[in-house]
Amino acid sequence: MKTYFFKRLIAMIITLWLIITGTFFLMHSVPGSPFNEERTTNEQIQKNLESYYQLDKPLLVQYGNYLMALVKFDLGPSIKKSSQTVNDLLGRGFPVSFELGFYTLIVAIISGITLGVVAALRHNGIIDYLSMSIAVLGISIPNFVLATFLIQQLAVNIPIFPVATWSSPKHMVLPILALATGPMAIIARLTRTSMLEVLTQDYIKTAKAKGLSPVKIVFKHALRNALLPVVTVLGSLAASILTGTFVIEKIFAIPGMGKYFVDSINNRDYPVIMGTTIFYSAILIFMLLLVDLAYGVLDPRIKLHKKEAK
Amino acid sequence: MELRKYEKQNISPDVPDEWFVPLIKRNSEADVVVRPSLSYWKDSWYRLLKNKLAMAGMVFLVFLTILAIFGPMISPHSIETQKLTMQNLPPSSKFWFGTDDLGRDVFTRTCYGARISLFVGLMAALIDFLIGVVYGGVAGYKGGRTDNFMMRFVEILYGLPYLLVVILVMVVLGPGLTTIIIALSITGWVGMARIVRGQVLQIKNYEFVLASKTFGTKTARIIRKNLLPNTMGPIIVQMTLTIPSAIFAEAFLSFIGLGIQAPHASWGVMANDGLSTILSGYWWRLFFPTLFISLTMFAFNVLGDGLQDALDPKLRR
Amino acid sequence: MEKILQIKDLHVSFSTYGGEVKAVRGVSFDLHKGETLAIVGESGCGKSVTSQSIMRLIPEPPGKIHGGEIIFKNNDLIKLKEQEMRKIRGANISMIFQDPMTALNPTITIGEQIMEGIVQHEKLTRTQAKRVALAMLKLVGIPNPELRLKQYPHQFSGGMRQRIVIAMALVCRPDVLIADEPTTALDVTIQAQILELFKDIQKKTGVSIILITHDLGVVAQVADRIAVMYAGRIVELGTRREIFYQPQHPYTKGLLQSVPRLDIEMEELIPIPGTPPDLFSPPPGCAFAARCPFAMEVCKRVYPFKTQKSNKHHVDCWLQDERAQKLASS
Repeated sequence: MKTYFFKRLIAMIITLWLIITGTFFLMHSVPGSPFNEERTTNEQIQKNLESYYQLDKPLLVQYGNYLMALVKFDLGPSIKKSSQTVNDLLGRGFPVSFELGFYTLIVAIISGITLGVVAALRHNGIIDYLSMSIAVLGISIPNFVLATFLIQQLAVNIPIFPVATWSSPKHMVLPILALATGPMAIIARLTRTSMLEVLTQDYIKTAKAKGLSPVKIVFKHALRNALLPVVTVLGSLAASILTGTFVIEKIFAIPGMGKYFVDSINNRDYPVIMGTTIFYSAILIFMLLLVDLAYGVLDPRIKLHKKEAK
Repeated sequence: MELRKYEKQNISPDVPDEWFVPLIKRNSEADVVVRPSLSYWKDSWYRLLKNKLAMAGMVFLVFLTILAIFGPMISPHSIETQKLTMQNLPPSSKFWFGTDDLGRDVFTRTCYGARISLFVGLMAALIDFLIGVVYGGVAGYKGGRTDNFMMRFVEILYGLPYLLVVILVMVVLGPGLTTIIIALSITGWVGMARIVRGQVLQIKNYEFVLASKTFGTKTARIIRKNLLPNTMGPIIVQMTLTIPSAIFAEAFLSFIGLGIQAPHASWGVMANDGLSTILSGYWWRLFFPTLFISLTMFAFNVLGDGLQDALDPKLRR
Repeated sequence: MEKILQIKDLHVSFSTYGGEVKAVRGVSFDLHKGETLAIVGESGCGKSVTSQSIMRLIPEPPGKIHGGEIIFKNNDLIKLKEQEMRKIRGANISMIFQDPMTALNPTITIGEQIMEGIVQHEKLTRTQAKRVALAMLKLVGIPNPELRLKQYPHQFSGGMRQRIVIAMALVCRPDVLIADEPTTALDVTIQAQILELFKDIQKKTGVSIILITHDLGVVAQVADRIAVMYAGRIVELGTRREIFYQPQHPYTKGLLQSVPRLDIEMEELIPIPGTPPDLFSPPPGCAFAARCPFAMEVCKRVYPFKTQKSNKHHVDCWLQDERAQKLASS
């Protein structure tokens, strides 16, 4: 178990390093200096700026310095927002984004699994068709479209919820709803398919032959096995929720990381783009590790594999 | 004693004697195949036709294609004509979908948006197909160390969040239609490659492939004649599902300002423009582009689902 | 002998896209206390459907029990409510499925899987249930049962798993054990061990066993009586001796000729030509007529009556009619 964990840790660090390197050289391959757009600055100021941001040094030296700073969790200064570092922005934006993403994930998982299980148990019934129609709609309607629709209906036409910012639970309803629907739909469909498959398994027949009640069969024997494939997609769902926060935060004017990220893209604030990308990647890689561990807990077959390896 | 009693029963009075003659059988009678067998593709096609939702999706996509090609022709307005006297007009008989803040016709722009969305979706699917089939096919067919190495690379790419990569590439390459397609293709083929490899690995060891190998058939010919027809099902499904995700990505990028740039019209751009005026009540500017994005994605998704069900050999009855 | 279970004129069908499949068409037999009754036949002949009907485990829809009676302890199981039936499943009648690899839940320890049956049917504490489970594992010959209870199915070999499945089925001391192809998925050497186990357990517990199989080798080893099924009907039923040494039905004869036997001299193995009939629209007469080398005009038209050859042996075949015997001798 321990050796497995260390192996995973090393693989994580290598992947992260690849991402950092890729991002760094991608960002520095953009032609021109980021200060060219500001025509008011004269050449001297521009040179001073470039030396402040170390842009005058050879690329490899810059890369080395960047890596050294990263080890100390220093993502460098922002170019466009003077006197602010990338760490400042992340420190302010991350708690908000985390809240949004976390609640979204919880809502998506709970509602998605419920919908999928109910649909599977009422296979080919009205509830099945209804929940699967909701699911296909949820997959088809882009989150930013849903967000605009929700604003139009529930904030403008019938003003139940506030339109923007992130200050009270009431403010959180629409963004979370907009962001959670897609992942929920994916989870619901996956749960349904996998539940239907599990329900035809022999061990379900065995459980029935033991005289267990349907409730016990579903919750004790079917659900856990049906959720295994759902757990495997949680990593990529987290990724899609994360990219979803970009637009959702932009639309609802939520002061999160995603908003800073989109702003930095529009401003060509390369250190911020780079820093946020790396931060996002680190979170995602960590999520994937969590998912793997969760899978190991849910499926006893995995543990044995490791024991044998030891 | 007892047995005698049983034997007495052995005449059934209601059956005439003349039926006790040997039955003359035609040789084939025992082996009659009850149901006519359909070819795989025909069978799948019939099952797809029966799927109403998938058919509705197909009909909508045909309609959308027609609109994308001929829509701008039947519309009396051009995409760029700005009539500042006709700003933000609601839908009417003259402007079917209304006009925007520069007095441009929303219907014409929606048709152009359909062109862009369909083009991006189809190109992305085509490029994914070409790269994915070659990469996955080679990995699966060669197997061993080549496969291991090639798939390690795929795993790394697969772990990266798709949209984040696309955004980064767009930042570097700058906005535009071509760069969107390039950005989408950089990691998009990975899913296709995995599917193709899996299929090839599975089918490679089937006896009919072994049989053609023993006859000394060339590798390329085996891939073309044996492997591809058998892997076509999952590939078609994957392509159908790649298109909506590419369309979504384009709309997403255009929405956050990284995609198609003015004066070109894309549904994402129009939605973003429309959103800023939502409080002014110009609902049509947001409604039509977002409706078309959603309907298009819905149509491709249900068609993909329908194809998946229709082509799945396990579901054949 | 005491009849523990009586099946009378059972009819089961499944509705599919292609129409209604009449899987079981009037099956009747009795199960005596402490005996092993084997039901043999080709796949699709309705033997599994019959056994699952006894447990009322036919998925409804698409399946449906159309008629007949299944009498167990003065109750007609077909008429019982689902809740009442649940009290019988596992407690009075147990079932074992074909593949021990898939019959156990991979994510639950085998101890829990054995104990949940006890807890369901008997008012026992967990420690008591555990004691019963341990005793059961010992009975089916699992070494080191204390440790094994905490393990998961993948940590056992196929033969061991089948022993666990058997322990699970026997844990509430049922009167009837239905084993659906219990050895088909196992290696031949393991098969023999499991069959030994069946005999051993029957001796110790007095359970009656219905053994569903297509393997006549298995039948020869353990069955007291044998029912031969074809196209949804029992065409011949008799003691093991009678079926093996005085088979009456041409289908039974065909089955015996198509398997290798060591106990009698055989010149060659003769496969039965053709395939079983389509159960969407079964023929009015004998379903085997199309494949039967002795078929007569009558076989195609009318289903044969039941002929008692001895008080334990009966057969459905027109060849038993005197007129057919005259035809044969002429």
